[in-house]
Amino acid sequence: MTIMLRINGVSRTVDVAAGETLLEVLRREGFVGVKCGCGTGDCGACAVLLNGRAVNSCLTLAGKVDGAEILTVEGLASVERLHPLQEAFLDEGAVQCGYCTPGMLMSGIDLLTRNPNPSEDEIREAISGNLCRCTGYVKQVRAIQSAAERMRSGGDDCAT
Amino acid sequence: MTARPDREFEVVGKNERKVDGTGLVAGRRKFVADLHLPNTLHVKILGSPHAHARITSIDTSDAEAIPGVACVLSHENTPSTRHTTAGQGYPEPSPYDARMFDTKVRFVGDRVAAVAAESEMIASEALKAIRVEYEELPAVLSIDAALQEGAPVVHDEADSTGIYDAARNIVADVDIDVGDVEKGFEESTVVVETTCETQYAQHTPIEPHVVLAYLDSDERIVVRTSTQVPFHVRRILAYTLGIPMHQIRVIKPRVGGGFGTKQEVLLEDVAALVTLRTGRAALLELTRAEEFIAARTRHPMRVRVKLGAKADGSLHAIEMEGLSNTGAYGAHGLTVLANTGSKTLPLYNKAENAHFFGQAVYTNLPVPGAYRGYGATQGYFPLETAMDELAEKLSIDPVELRRLNHIRLGETSPIFEKLGEGREGVSQTVKSCELARCIEIGAERIGWTEKRGKQSKDGPWVHGVGMSIMMQGSGIPEIDMAAATIKMNEDGSFNLLIGATDIGTGSDTILAQMAAEVLGVPLSKMVVTSSDTDTTPFDVGAYASSTTYVSGTAVVRAAEKVRAQILAVAAPLLESPAEGLFLREEAVVAANGSRVGLDRVCQRAMYESDQFQIAATASFVPSESPPPFLANFAEVAVDTETGRVNVLHYVAAVDCGVAIHPKLAEGQLEGSIVNGLGYALTEEMITSSRGRVRNPSLFDYKIPGALDLPKLEVVLVDSYEPTGPMGAKSVGEIGINGPIPTIANAIYDAVGVRLRKTPFTPERVLAAMRAS
Repeated sequence: MTIMLRINGVSRTVDVAAGETLLEVLRREGFVGVKCGCGTGDCGACAVLLNGRAVNSCLTLAGKVDGAEILTVEGLASVERLHPLQEAFLDEGAVQCGYCTPGMLMSGIDLLTRNPNPSEDEIREAISGNLCRCTGYVKQVRAIQSAAERMRSGGDDCAT
Repeated sequence: MTARPDREFEVVGKNERKVDGTGLVAGRRKFVADLHLPNTLHVKILGSPHAHARITSIDTSDAEAIPGVACVLSHENTPSTRHTTAGQGYPEPSPYDARMFDTKVRFVGDRVAAVAAESEMIASEALKAIRVEYEELPAVLSIDAALQEGAPVVHDEADSTGIYDAARNIVADVDIDVGDVEKGFEESTVVVETTCETQYAQHTPIEPHVVLAYLDSDERIVVRTSTQVPFHVRRILAYTLGIPMHQIRVIKPRVGGGFGTKQEVLLEDVAALVTLRTGRAALLELTRAEEFIAARTRHPMRVRVKLGAKADGSLHAIEMEGLSNTGAYGAHGLTVLANTGSKTLPLYNKAENAHFFGQAVYTNLPVPGAYRGYGATQGYFPLETAMDELAEKLSIDPVELRRLNHIRLGETSPIFEKLGEGREGVSQTVKSCELARCIEIGAERIGWTEKRGKQSKDGPWVHGVGMSIMMQGSGIPEIDMAAATIKMNEDGSFNLLIGATDIGTGSDTILAQMAAEVLGVPLSKMVVTSSDTDTTPFDVGAYASSTTYVSGTAVVRAAEKVRAQILAVAAPLLESPAEGLFLREEAVVAANGSRVGLDRVCQRAMYESDQFQIAATASFVPSESPPPFLANFAEVAVDTETGRVNVLHYVAAVDCGVAIHPKLAEGQLEGSIVNGLGYALTEEMITSSRGRVRNPSLFDYKIPGALDLPKLEVVLVDSYEPTGPMGAKSVGEIGINGPIPTIANAIYDAVGVRLRKTPFTPERVLAAMRAS
């Protein structure tokens, strides 16, 4: 079947096979920042924003989201400027291998859009579906806290 | 050896942004599977349904007839060379007991055949069309079963080599003595003995194993793979496939975590052979379930420790006996077992009498390999448990007992020389050790004196505190080798070419920081290319906590050579002898303050006078392996009604010499400790009575998430290693050893039971409490 998706602000029509997941479609379309770590919804590496909310794209049937607005990690930054959350991940040392990072960032964006001043517990809750084996989460939690501060004080365009 | 410099470092010791960081946060950095090549074949592997069986016939004709199937591989049409999958220095200390596809399968999931097809779906369909007849054999499903008289023989083939005693399923046997341990125990006032058992556990990097093979424009084979050991991959591939090494190029792009499981050549041979047979690109990616079933694990072990001490608490005799389950293949079997002793026993060097012995045995279970900690993790559990028991018997505070006995600056241990990486070791003295300070800081932060032995209660929850100390190493002395090449560009920038393998650790960044420091430039002027066997010099790869120390020294040496060339070119420009010149802020500076920019220096060398390329290569083989040291302290709460253990607070104080990048060094500790917490509390691969992994998913195999963790404090204690690059030691592994003994000792403080089998699940804790 053919569906229409608005991916990172650009509309495109894509052919999808029966049973194909949004993850498969996005990677096939070149959005390889979206990662597969399990394919069963357990690790969160494939998280994207679907109509503004973080979802595991490996559990989302592409055929069921015709017309949806999708934001992937590639849509967070412009070439000239990173999103404050991406900046914070770099400054806090929150990136090690970087494989879980795209999903973690999308969960972080979802949280900060709804809650610009989250507590540590709220941050941990928000990324609890994103598994990371490298960092122990300490610096990722700190990076999201730091991004929240940057976005509150800087008035940066966080509403991506 | 170098003393600590008077001047502050400019680049080293700073929390620079990772050189690959921007690409990673932007989702632009390309991992193996992110490169889409036209007409790529998708490869799937058929795994054995049996733990132990002979393949009596295999018929692939139906699979080959399926439209879209390009190639089917099995033992009937692939090289039969016995090799090891262990990516270790050559000659590898692991047996050559594996074949690409064998006529016998030795664990559930062992390779039977592979299909390459136009899509993953067609490949999966074709696997079902392969008809295999098996003659099932009795399986060996535990260490004890493997060692029984008349046990089924896992490796009965004639052509495997390097196995200690194949007929008895013994892969490796280690036995070393210092002094007279029996006499030592007789002379001791107090003797304790404890046996601990560790489970099957997996690394679970979030990126599973993946490889993409293709032919380049010169018909050479390019293997783009998620590996820790690109140069070992090239060597083992050439040997296994019987093709000239110069026809192979191995490229490691970004890697989504390794932790040891990617120190193994697991998939590259299959993808490369598909490409050689078809001329087409071949992508082979393990699913998470396949990763659990057929990738590598930690060696489950049963380790017994016996300690003898004098009445004043000084250790007099230590004995450690290890029995290691190395599964169906012997990769890393000998060396992991040897490290169980070699990375633990030197810590308590006051004991004049020591004995380490043990065996690694084959079973028909999943295959262990290298895993962060590499045997030391399994050894520290009983050692640090026994130290706690000894403290109790002697009525000495556990902290005090460790203070009394641990190795110190300027001291040595005979174990260093007796026991190495599967062979004799190398003698060394400790030239940096702030362990006493680490213990002091840890005890203070956890509130040791206020909390120990208090068993404070909160409803059914009882609190306790525990501690442990440990050391690891920095590379494998007289075996590991690293090289680095630096060349200069006429804008004053440098290319740093390193074989060192960044698997997410940040080694590209810290190695560039070291070079930038020597060359007097900001990090932004270093362009890093790493881990490409065509373009970067040799390095053994990312394992054995080697990169910072071993590769780092090679980088510093190369930078020093380049610095000398720069000064020689600059000398006539500054009308000053090269000896008095130094590099600072992207310029060569003379004692009188006159200066010339690095861009100008390179332009002169390239275009003007006595033209040459400013460049140098340097290598390094370490003659010692300076240990990092770690003190762990934890506070736990144990639910006396359910047996659940909550870790409330964990403090890790480490001496890793100078931290080249403090946040990345902390990140190594934080990540390894959290991995260790999972290993201590929840992670366990469960196998059925027929050897099948029953929980092959991240849902059923529980690794820690952000909500599952204690308050975690990592303290980098100021230290300087005089043999290290810029004073650094390595820090990649040590943290993972801490949680098991620390939590076990804290549980004992809380509820008075000793847990001797991991993980410490509520069931086990409750059972132990009821039994006591």
